[in-house]
Amino acid sequence: MDARDDHVLIDVRNVVKIYRMGEVEVPALRGVSLQIRRGELLSIMGPSGSGKSTLMNILGCLDQPTAGEYYLDGVNVGELDDNALAVIRNRRIGFVFQNFNLLPRTTALQNVELPLIYAGVGLRERRERAIAALEAVGLGDRIHHRPTELSGGQQQRVAIARALVTHPSIILADEPTGNLDSKSGKEIVAIFQRLNRQEGITVVFVTHDPEVAACTRRIIRLRDGLVESDEPREADCVYLEPEPAPAEAGTPGSLT
Amino acid sequence: MMYLLESLRIALRGLSANKLRSALTMLGIIIGVAAVITLLSVGQGVQTLVTSSLESIGTNLLFVFPGNIQSMGAGARFTTAAYLTLRDADAIRNEVANITAIAPSLQGTADVEYGKTTIRTTLIGTTPEYGPVRNYQPADGTFLTPEHQATGARVAVLGWRLASKLFPPDVYPIGQTIKINRIPFRVIGVLKEKGGGSFGSQDDVVMVPLSVAQQRLYPNRRSPAGEPLISVIDVQVDSQKHMDSVAAGITDVLRQLHRLKPEDDNDFTVISQADLISIFGQITGVLTIFLGAIAGISLLVGGIGIMNIMLVSVTERTREIGIRKAVGAKRRDILLQFLIEALVLSLIGGAFGIMLGIAGALVVDRLSADLTTVITPQAILLATGFSAAVGLFFGIYPASRAARLNPIEALRYE
Repeated sequence: MDARDDHVLIDVRNVVKIYRMGEVEVPALRGVSLQIRRGELLSIMGPSGSGKSTLMNILGCLDQPTAGEYYLDGVNVGELDDNALAVIRNRRIGFVFQNFNLLPRTTALQNVELPLIYAGVGLRERRERAIAALEAVGLGDRIHHRPTELSGGQQQRVAIARALVTHPSIILADEPTGNLDSKSGKEIVAIFQRLNRQEGITVVFVTHDPEVAACTRRIIRLRDGLVESDEPREADCVYLEPEPAPAEAGTPGSLT
Repeated sequence: MMYLLESLRIALRGLSANKLRSALTMLGIIIGVAAVITLLSVGQGVQTLVTSSLESIGTNLLFVFPGNIQSMGAGARFTTAAYLTLRDADAIRNEVANITAIAPSLQGTADVEYGKTTIRTTLIGTTPEYGPVRNYQPADGTFLTPEHQATGARVAVLGWRLASKLFPPDVYPIGQTIKINRIPFRVIGVLKEKGGGSFGSQDDVVMVPLSVAQQRLYPNRRSPAGEPLISVIDVQVDSQKHMDSVAAGITDVLRQLHRLKPEDDNDFTVISQADLISIFGQITGVLTIFLGAIAGISLLVGGIGIMNIMLVSVTERTREIGIRKAVGAKRRDILLQFLIEALVLSLIGGAFGIMLGIAGALVVDRLSADLTTVITPQAILLATGFSAAVGLFFGIYPASRAARLNPIEALRYE
């Protein structure tokens, strides 16, 4: 991964998103600008209706802005067609959802392999990379379990492995601890912190949980479709594991 | 290629996740394909049977019927006014070249009686030449002779099946006296089995001298001038290449004899065995297509079943589609996945259907004595192609609906 810390990964310029509900136009984002650099660990917070889900959908290339520009790694996403967006989602973005969104009746391994299938990666390499990703989240011994055979925390770890496996530029985590008890939630946040510090992976939490946000180094608050505050808090970040984390036994050397 | 293989894997996994539903959906296709194959093979069998039994009548035959067949094929119709008599047969015999034998006959139904058994069957009053012309040979006794014809002897020759139905096993038929329409006749011969008797009558006939049939059995079948009628003249031509010229010769002779003006239509019909085969071939061909079409409808219904299930499946798996799209599946990937599912359903169904269809054809073959069902490679190809087309056609709409889903809404779907 590119080591330049100041590299601007995400550049959102005055993005507006308006939903049409029949005759009525509902503005969800009314001119949001923000930049995210490679290697950041940040939270986007805001009450419901503040536009944070809309912003996440746009950042994740699931949706496109009505106006304004969104550059991901220098590419103007607003100009891309459906297929190109699918490719970007596949190569550059990893999603982690509140409700895990794993395929049922499908093993952990197969779930993690899924993005690689659409990336056209061959069977053998796919398997190796998926196993490495599952080991990185501490599920090396559960690769053949189905989601119903895993706890919530384990399911979310499978989801993280799935997000990691394509070496994305950024992982977007939408309320990743929302469906978990506090112990599992902390474990999940700790995994993200470790991935961010050890692998330099850029992680964006979308959350309304202050405890989760406290574990990040920057908090962007949205209100009524606008950025209310953008607060760097390097010093206050709560680390759930001691720093610097030495190379643990069982952690693979590198995912890249 | 990679995509296809992966899509196939994904599709198979999707189908095996819901085995009962997949099996039931396939059942529609299975029944449809099996019906197509069985019915086509039965139709083909009927066609073969008709052709072979027409061929078994004899070789190089022309038939002269009274009246004009207005239209060939299914709507065959005779004008009633016209008739044929022995004079026509004599004229043909004397004036047309390249004829080996000619056998006029008068045909009707008659009650044949022996002891307490009475059987209603086809009676043919004819001349001795009818035997060689129609390939009838006596198994026991003799065929009709010129003397019988000349003297008007009340003698009868029986088809083997009629004889076996009429007489108890311990009675030797030759020399027995039977009653035909209550008139006593002496049995002089029993015919060899003719085989291929699709019309049932070839081995069930009773034959008597033409003169006896005309004078004693059907005295009322006469022309307005009082001449006894005949119903058909069988003409055997010496070789295949003279068929057309003999037919033309017969036409000339009869037109002259019937004093037809040049503008008049023929009041008789000369038809060859080949014509008959082609006419019946057309009829049975239509029958086969008809049977196939009926079976095709059930295949169509099976296809609608596939579409229905695929639509349900797409709705049910909306979230799955959303997940796939979120991790980078293109529209094409989703389309392919669901299309392949539909195709796999229809093709596996088709494969089972072919097996069931062949089994069905074999059962029909076993159950019917005369019919040999014919499974043609074309029928199998047709069924396979049709089931694939059904899968594709009825799969494309659900698949494209899946492919067009908005990923955000799909992910939110409960």
